[in-house]
Amino acid sequence: MLLQRRFEERCAEAYALGKIGGFCHLYIGQEAVSTGSISLLRPDDYIITTYRDHGQALARGMSPRVVMAELFGRIDGCARGKGGSMHMFDKSLNFLGGHGIVGAHVPLATGVGFAIKYRGGDQVCVCFMGESVVNTGAFHEALNMAGLWKLPVVYIIENNRYGMGTALERASAIHDIFERGSSYNIPREQCDGQDVFAVRSAVREAIDRARTESLPTLLEVRTYRFMGHSMSDAVSGTYRSKAELDEYMKRDPIMLLRMQMQEQGELSEDDLHKLDEELKATVQDAWDFAEQSPEPPLEALYEDVLVDTTSDQIAEPVAAD
Amino acid sequence: MPVITYRDALNQALSEEMHRDDRVFLMGEEVAVYQGAYKVSKGLLQEFGEMRVVDTPITELGFAGVGVGAAMVGLRPIIEFMTWNFAVLALDQVLNSAAKLLYMSGGQFNIPIVFRGPNGAALQLSAQHSQAFESWLAYVPGIKVVTPGTPYDAKGLLKSAIRDDNPVCFLEGEMLYNTKGEVPEEEYLIPLGKADLKREGEHCSIITNGKMALLAMQAADQLAKDGINVDVVDLRTVRPMDVDAIKTSVEKTNRAVVLEEGWEICGIGTQVVDYIQRECFDHLDAPVIRIHQADVPMPYAKNLERAAKPDIPKTIAAVRKVMYLD
Repeated sequence: MLLQRRFEERCAEAYALGKIGGFCHLYIGQEAVSTGSISLLRPDDYIITTYRDHGQALARGMSPRVVMAELFGRIDGCARGKGGSMHMFDKSLNFLGGHGIVGAHVPLATGVGFAIKYRGGDQVCVCFMGESVVNTGAFHEALNMAGLWKLPVVYIIENNRYGMGTALERASAIHDIFERGSSYNIPREQCDGQDVFAVRSAVREAIDRARTESLPTLLEVRTYRFMGHSMSDAVSGTYRSKAELDEYMKRDPIMLLRMQMQEQGELSEDDLHKLDEELKATVQDAWDFAEQSPEPPLEALYEDVLVDTTSDQIAEPVAAD
Repeated sequence: MPVITYRDALNQALSEEMHRDDRVFLMGEEVAVYQGAYKVSKGLLQEFGEMRVVDTPITELGFAGVGVGAAMVGLRPIIEFMTWNFAVLALDQVLNSAAKLLYMSGGQFNIPIVFRGPNGAALQLSAQHSQAFESWLAYVPGIKVVTPGTPYDAKGLLKSAIRDDNPVCFLEGEMLYNTKGEVPEEEYLIPLGKADLKREGEHCSIITNGKMALLAMQAADQLAKDGINVDVVDLRTVRPMDVDAIKTSVEKTNRAVVLEEGWEICGIGTQVVDYIQRECFDHLDAPVIRIHQADVPMPYAKNLERAAKPDIPKTIAAVRKVMYLD
């Protein structure tokens, strides 16, 4: 969680300096959701997410160097500098990406669940999304099929209260949005997204259900983003007040965890300070690595549009697993 | 050589490829229990079971995305759209997911998927069910677009499309399903991106694709009676487009008519004409003429529909015009 926080604080700085371009959506304030859920997954499980994807990428174990290099648009980035902030991918970690069209990745998650069932595996696919996704058609089509076919997918709505600048209450006819799962006979829960243990507890139950019973879950995790929607959005003042932001910041997930650990004697001030310094150094190393990584060569422009095809080959039969 | 329908040729391709590769499955509306809205998937449910021949709800955006997700993790889906008209609802998954994931992931995730179904107008289905979509799809880098016009091409191209490691949009012809042609019993594949010179002549080139190839052949038969012999270049795949085949033919005949099913503006023919003016400028003896659907939504009334569609007389008139005979 602290790595994500320190990493993204530097992202904001790099953006201001023009080292990161385009759209850049920070995850600050929501770190308990990524950490609480991804920490429960096996290496062969799958993760798919939205454009607000840095936190989940780091939580899954992607190297801060590679993520930062991607943000800087450099050849050593996870997508060779072609995806940027919104499109973090790592095939070796079954991290199926950051997707930029709101709602569009939810059917993909259903498809991953279908593939797991097709092969008779016991993996799980975890699909992260913001609460505004629940108003897209893709979400409903995807959940209907997951409920109909009983697919092992955990759909996690990170309800940070705002779809860009539009409050949930101004966008959704119902406000307990986990109830949207009732239309599709999908088990559904709601939990506190600022308490990493609450997230773990709820996600663990959902993962067990997926793994052992091949059933989907719709989990609404109530969280809050401390930054604007993207870097071009003021933190407060237009669609939300400073007072509201301050109130939510009292429940900073990292602060809550720190207090809990200190109360229980699991973390001293010195330990925390040391950890923080280490993580800051890790992020500085990522920054330095990204800065030193070359821009993609111009020949990369035309690479990775298509792969070489095997269509003229008559190869041997292939098994699904 | 056996003579079979275009429908059965597609059915054979599906069955053979599903036997060959367990990762291949067919998903779409009415593909299983109903045996296919156009019976292309007849018998496949019985042959392969419900895990591999999957009926979906009417939910094009959803099941197109399910296919892309399954392809991301190693399966090889064939997604059937009942018609490409309905696939408009799913275009986000075709254009924004399937076509872009390889590039956006820096080469990590290729999407081996086939989106297939009937394309273009049938008879009196009116505006919403009578559209040819190849130019919409061919606009986008990251996908291949295939439009077979004969049973032989349908089978060989579909088998190649299924084995291709990239997303392939496979546009069939509703009016072609009952057409018959020779299809060999032994296995064969037709490479994507290669045109077929379906008829040879020296006076003019008719460059076409999909269902219009049949129309071009019929027009060529009639022209031959007047001593006019044309090349019929069936592009078969419109992305990638076989530029060499266009060039070879036009350099030989010095005249070209481009025949396509869809609308004029930004159509497939626009691209063909662009190639011709760049590659064959000094060889042309006449301006290139395009034949296409009238620039209106397809009408229902028989006479109006007939007037809107490309046909044999329009094609013959165009050939005669580029030969300065009329």
